[in-house]
Amino acid sequence: MGTIIWTTIGAVLTLSVYSFLYKDNPFYKFAEHLVVGISAGYYLVIYYFNFIQPNVVAPVFLLRFGDEVIGFGSSTWWLALIPGLLGLLLYTRFFPKVGWIGRWSLGIYVGGYAGLSLSPTMQARVLNQISANALPLTSVTNVFLIVGLLGTLTYFFFSMKHKGVLGVMARVGIVFLMVGFGASFGYTVMSRVSLLIGRVGFLLQDWLHLL
Amino acid sequence: MVRVFHILLVSSALIMLTAGSVQAQETALPGDTASDVLDTVPPGPPCSLTVRDYLENSDFGDKIEIEWGLSPDDGSGAGDVTGYVLRRSLAEGEVGEKLDEITNGTTRYIDESVEPGTEYYYSLEAYDGANSSEPVLAGPVAGRANMFQWSRLPVLVLMVVFFAMVAWFTAAAGKGAKLFVRRIPGLNAIEEAVGRATEMGRPVLYVPGIGEIDNIMTIASLNILSHVAKITARYDTPLIVPTARAVVMSAAEEVVKQAYAEVGNPDAYNPDNIRYLSDAQFAFAGAVNGIMLREKPAANLYMGAFWAESLLLAETGFEAGAIQVAGTAMVSQLPFFVTACDFTLMGEELYAASAYLSREPKLLGGLKGSDWMKVVSIALIAAGIIARAVGLESFVAWFQTQ
Repeated sequence: MGTIIWTTIGAVLTLSVYSFLYKDNPFYKFAEHLVVGISAGYYLVIYYFNFIQPNVVAPVFLLRFGDEVIGFGSSTWWLALIPGLLGLLLYTRFFPKVGWIGRWSLGIYVGGYAGLSLSPTMQARVLNQISANALPLTSVTNVFLIVGLLGTLTYFFFSMKHKGVLGVMARVGIVFLMVGFGASFGYTVMSRVSLLIGRVGFLLQDWLHLL
Repeated sequence: MVRVFHILLVSSALIMLTAGSVQAQETALPGDTASDVLDTVPPGPPCSLTVRDYLENSDFGDKIEIEWGLSPDDGSGAGDVTGYVLRRSLAEGEVGEKLDEITNGTTRYIDESVEPGTEYYYSLEAYDGANSSEPVLAGPVAGRANMFQWSRLPVLVLMVVFFAMVAWFTAAAGKGAKLFVRRIPGLNAIEEAVGRATEMGRPVLYVPGIGEIDNIMTIASLNILSHVAKITARYDTPLIVPTARAVVMSAAEEVVKQAYAEVGNPDAYNPDNIRYLSDAQFAFAGAVNGIMLREKPAANLYMGAFWAESLLLAETGFEAGAIQVAGTAMVSQLPFFVTACDFTLMGEELYAASAYLSREPKLLGGLKGSDWMKVVSIALIAAGIIARAVGLESFVAWFQTQ
């Protein structure tokens, strides 16, 4: 009985979302507000238990989960106070006079991540690309790849106008890009159609038992 | 008397026979099998055991080097050592769990399964197929990351080259040098779109993607948002910014508020228009679709990191009749924006737009630096092709970092 009820709720919500294809309507609004509200609550719980609880609460306060005592045992528990404090500073935005303090947290967060990602980005997106594309010009495929690469790089060169040889190379690059986009578009549309088939299968098989 | 002598004679014979049997066992020929000769003598233990952090090459502290002296029965003596058993434990005195079996004649082993900084104890026994020697113990030892990882030298070299160029161009821009950046067609479209929304008396919708604030696309998007907010502040056009991340919402609030203040129209800033909707991808997409249909923005600008929601947003905006300009470096989503939007900033154009609009020396320096980095990359690829042609594979291998 429970299964039937939940399947029916799922089917009604699915149809409510699909009703958007006709036009905006109360059913779609209901489904939209429901999923936005539920996801807000869901992510609040997820963020607390996955991030705040293990990274801030547990190291700083003594907590007991069943027989397991966690927190306060680490000699570096005080380190957790630093990100905790930076997180709290974000809430200064509610107090206009000291709201600027919250920018410190944002600055540290953005700057720290940017610094950490520099080396892997240089390695993955520049060095590995260089070694992978230094191909021997012994086959048509290799020549094709290198021409496409040079053309695409030229298209994304912003320091000169795309005229003359540079213009020709950039045009070659955009052709390669569009061919790539077309292939990617077709591939993704096929995968979306398979999602639609899955949903129609749910309605006809799991809900209506017609298949 | 004769009886006693007889007993002694029989006893002596039995003792001699037993001794002969033992000697026969100990001098078993190599052809003898275990079924007919039982080896009960364990081999001698390894002469020494040394453990240390692996230092010969760059590592992350996840390797420990173990060296030992061969057992006296390995290659000499009884010559019956068939291998060694290496064990590892976390406590001193414990023999620990078996880590590996190593063939005879070997004197070195690299343990590549250690946790950096954790102290380990090792033990090594020689074995001959039937018996194991006494274990030789060593430790504690912990793996430490090398100060310099030589395998990543190419990364350092290119980073230095890149940053030198960025620093040079940034300094030049700071001194007022006019650094040329070609106009990107999609940028004109942004101003046209905002102008159209103003004429129609409808709001502008700016979606900064669903990436976190640490995503470089989100940061570039916030720079473009600043430019858009200045235009809307000047025209007094409502600007709606739905966000999927709380921190992005905070940053967007700051950016829009500051832009309105810079233009001299701070009263037009409406904090309710900078909205957090949901972290859930499709809940966010559904809610933005609802805004498009209910608040009817005349211009939809999608700038930042997008995933599968890109087509849902762009298609709904298209159906709603809004002029749409998108910009993302997500290669997998570009086809959808190219198809459903009027203009699209592709890949690096998003970052270039950010620099072009702000004319901020640091952003211009970054853009020019990355431009000339492309020239360096093309030169290195060309050099790599030539090197391969003449058989200098080591040149290309130098770039293959771990």
